[in-house]
Amino acid sequence: MIEIQNIKKSFDGKAVLKGISGVFRKGKTNLIIGASGTGKSVLLKCIVGLIKPDEGTVYYDNRDFTHANRNLKTDIRREIGMLFQGGALFDSKNVEENVIFPLNVLTEMPLDEKLDRVNFCLQRVGLENVNKKMPSEISGGMKKRVGIARAIVNNSSYLFCDEPNSGLDPQTAITIDNLIKEITEEYDITTVVVTHDMNSVMEIGDYVMFLHEGEKVWEGSDQNIMKSRVKELNDFVFANKMMRIVKNEETSNT
Amino acid sequence: MKSIGKYILFIGSLFVNREKFKTYVALTLDECINIGINSLILISIVATFIGAVSTIQTAYNLVSPLIPDYVISQVVRDLTILELAPSITAIVFAGKVGSNIAGELGTMRITEQIDALEVMGINSVSYLVFPKILASLITYPMLVVIAGFLSIMGGYLAGVYTGIVTEADYLYGLKVDFIEFNVSFAMIKSFVFAFLVSSISSYKGFYTTGGAFEVGKASTIAVTNSCIAILLADYLLAQLLL
Repeated sequence: MIEIQNIKKSFDGKAVLKGISGVFRKGKTNLIIGASGTGKSVLLKCIVGLIKPDEGTVYYDNRDFTHANRNLKTDIRREIGMLFQGGALFDSKNVEENVIFPLNVLTEMPLDEKLDRVNFCLQRVGLENVNKKMPSEISGGMKKRVGIARAIVNNSSYLFCDEPNSGLDPQTAITIDNLIKEITEEYDITTVVVTHDMNSVMEIGDYVMFLHEGEKVWEGSDQNIMKSRVKELNDFVFANKMMRIVKNEETSNT
Repeated sequence: MKSIGKYILFIGSLFVNREKFKTYVALTLDECINIGINSLILISIVATFIGAVSTIQTAYNLVSPLIPDYVISQVVRDLTILELAPSITAIVFAGKVGSNIAGELGTMRITEQIDALEVMGINSVSYLVFPKILASLITYPMLVVIAGFLSIMGGYLAGVYTGIVTEADYLYGLKVDFIEFNVSFAMIKSFVFAFLVSSISSYKGFYTTGGAFEVGKASTIAVTNSCIAILLADYLLAQLLL
């Protein structure tokens, strides 16, 4: 479980996060949604420690990550797996070397065990016979899968995904979303996904936190999101024609 | 001043929270190939031609019949050991290796590869930059020795085979009034320049923000700042040690 308390962050005097609190539960896919520029990615970076918040605290299973000493911070970070927007695969390494990387640097596992683990993770994300391909030789969807394999190879307890389906076709995007949800449930990990894709919200959102202009204006489940009366959330959700049709159908049925 | 402070903190962070020793051995060997071996051809060509040109230009300027011919190789020798091999090679090194380091780290930064390392709990400065600095400190002095040898050889070829100076005079000039400390001085300079080029370029690349345009800009600034640092350090070392 990850708990955030009163996270605030400003850049050059402009408040980007205005005191956000929330709880991301274990075994659930937790979504942070909102329009572009509302501070979703900044919040995610504050949670994983890439940006230091001006105020507030992040707890990983009741361990204070924000004010932790270097050793505890490193220990917690080694339990984190993260899928970046562009995959963030190391260009100079092939798929296998990318996935084995955390094991090489962070563990003392024998090579054959590491290779078994890498192959298992690649198979788990639906990739086979790509071990020796370079990141430049695989598609965007495959890069995301390799990114997920790298994120889970070290048996991470926390998985973070920054816009996991950006730049992907709808079918591949759904496959990636479902893969994230399956992995979350299968390994009972805490997953936090930043997205602005409503398809993701409806497919995998166990818990949804909606940000608007740096503030949390709504939280709940994917089931409740359609019934919300919060104007900013409705503007965001029903900006999509498809969602408006769904809502109209639901209204006419009731 | 803020930049200098940030640079010092950057250098300090190389030594904290490091990974396993064997991780650095493999990375440093890779960097020795990237930085050292891959610079060998360019530096060899530059050094050979600079030595050849120095010989011709020294002979051109020594018009008095009272000055013996062996002075030409004596001048080329001292010029090479004191300045050409360590300092001019450093400028070439900054252009090739400095821009490469800044471009590589800048691209890793904007494509979130550095963030990926940080999230894994790896000290990205130490993991990415320490092997580059170490490899520069190992290979650059070797490149300077090779550059010095090739520069003197270039001078020999240009001098002897064009009839500017006889082989005996050239070889005699290389040996006469030789000051051994000059070699030590060149080696001290080479270590300092290697550190400056690799650390400044890494610093500029590591803190790149933005996109492809900024990566290009970071590479250019890395080379410019490295060259200025080399010239300043060159002057200071000459003032302090000679």
